Amino acid sequence: MPVCGPARADVERVFREEYGRAVAVLTRVFGDIDTAEDAVQDAFAEAARRWPAAGLPPSPAGWIITTARNRAIDRLRREAARDAKQAQAALLHARDEQPAEESPVRDDRLRLIFTCCHPALGTAARVALTLRLLGGLTTAEIARAFLVPEPTMAQRLVRAKAKIRDAGIPYRIPAEADLPARLSGVLAVVYLIFNEGHTASSGEALVRADLCAEAIRLGRLLARLMPDEPEVTGLLALMLLTESRRAARTSADGALVLLADQDRSRWDGALIAEGQALVRQCLRRGQPGPYQIQAAISAVHSDAPIAAATDWDQILRLYDQLLVVAPSPVVALNRAVAVAEMDGPAAALALVDELDLDRYYLFHAIRADLLRRLGRRAEADAVYGTAIARTGNAAERAHLALAKQHLSQW
Amino acid sequence: MTGMKQYLLSIYQPDGDPPPPEILEPIMKDIEAVDAEMRGAGAWVFTGGLHPADAATVLRTDGDDMLITDGPFAEGKEHVGGFWIIRAPDLDAALGWARKATAACKLPIEVRPMVDMAEG
Repeated sequence: MPVCGPARADVERVFREEYGRAVAVLTRVFGDIDTAEDAVQDAFAEAARRWPAAGLPPSPAGWIITTARNRAIDRLRREAARDAKQAQAALLHARDEQPAEESPVRDDRLRLIFTCCHPALGTAARVALTLRLLGGLTTAEIARAFLVPEPTMAQRLVRAKAKIRDAGIPYRIPAEADLPARLSGVLAVVYLIFNEGHTASSGEALVRADLCAEAIRLGRLLARLMPDEPEVTGLLALMLLTESRRAARTSADGALVLLADQDRSRWDGALIAEGQALVRQCLRRGQPGPYQIQAAISAVHSDAPIAAATDWDQILRLYDQLLVVAPSPVVALNRAVAVAEMDGPAAALALVDELDLDRYYLFHAIRADLLRRLGRRAEADAVYGTAIARTGNAAERAHLALAKQHLSQW
Repeated sequence: MTGMKQYLLSIYQPDGDPPPPEILEPIMKDIEAVDAEMRGAGAWVFTGGLHPADAATVLRTDGDDMLITDGPFAEGKEHVGGFWIIRAPDLDAALGWARKATAACKLPIEVRPMVDMAEG
């Protein structure tokens, strides 16, 4: 027992670390997400009252789960006595389940992730549910991160949970045959959360670091729960390597700094080392997938102490591989950037002009840059204008406006 | 086993003439095979094919009056052309049947959970 009572911060730390696990265990016990959430919130409220005086229990997570379970059973018994069918069902479910404290072979959080990311739910609902139930973010925090009014986000969560209950979306790790497709759906949600934090699709802040941190936390959790899935490791590596450049990605006044212009001494060496080690570890398995290859490309960039030392040949070969496993116009666009470094802007522009990506601002931004390098200034100017019109992110817009302005000074 | 749910699988069919026999016949064979598989697995509850939506009639109450109009209720280029009611332990199992049914019909299928009468 600690000598002095734990501060409010301790309860908050346990909350952030253990909320997802507690909700997952209790969802298994009661077969109902709302019952689980209410119970876990009750237990944390009790902890906030008790722990400052009594001290942290030896196992705070175990205490929360046991307290939540007992509270929920008390409440359900009261409701069941009034003939509430749902409460009776939850109690029956709890009686048939093993005690909450016995840890199952596979973490309950894994099942909950697959429920939250079920393809029968809309993408926005999957993201919101994952952040709420596994990340322990409040509805207000999620609403702020996605620039949605809080009542809208609250309704989105209520609807998604109602669909899980009414449609009977199972709380289970998918069958072997469905696992690859379902896992890629889960990874897509985590990467979407990361990207939303990395380049906010609208609004003023270029980086919403808390979303990146949350995505990495989920990525670490998945990598721990599914150590034999190389794409899970690949996604974690990709996020860590991208995150390692966060400080260098914006200047002091918040403006965007491109990879080639970044002060590489500001890259986070620990994150790079961890990301690169993960890339090597998953590639050794010989089952390259899109996340692993993207992480490998990022790792090659991380190896170059200055931009001019970048091994573009290797990057181009990795993009060739990526085009085979995950062909898409966006991959082809990124590959063209590597081609520009190897074979010059004219060769790259010929490839870019073939692509049907009119709605994507980076397509126009990259075209404008290639035109500029070819000395086709008037065309570059017009295309920068199109790129600016296609992005809602203020920092990206400012960066493009500056590039456009510089054209006239050449 | 407790917790069996029922699901309505609606087949959305474009309005207008059905495809010619050389296309329709193999489709009907595939649908019958799925139907037989559902029955064999104990998932089948009911199935029905519908006449074209032109044949529908819509009724509404308007105070004490009853209004009868030529249907269908919802305008559109597609309408429900047939349906299954199946029994399944959860949505994944229902989607498994719907996947087979969609592949057989070559038409979109909407899966909708039915309210469990015992839920009250």
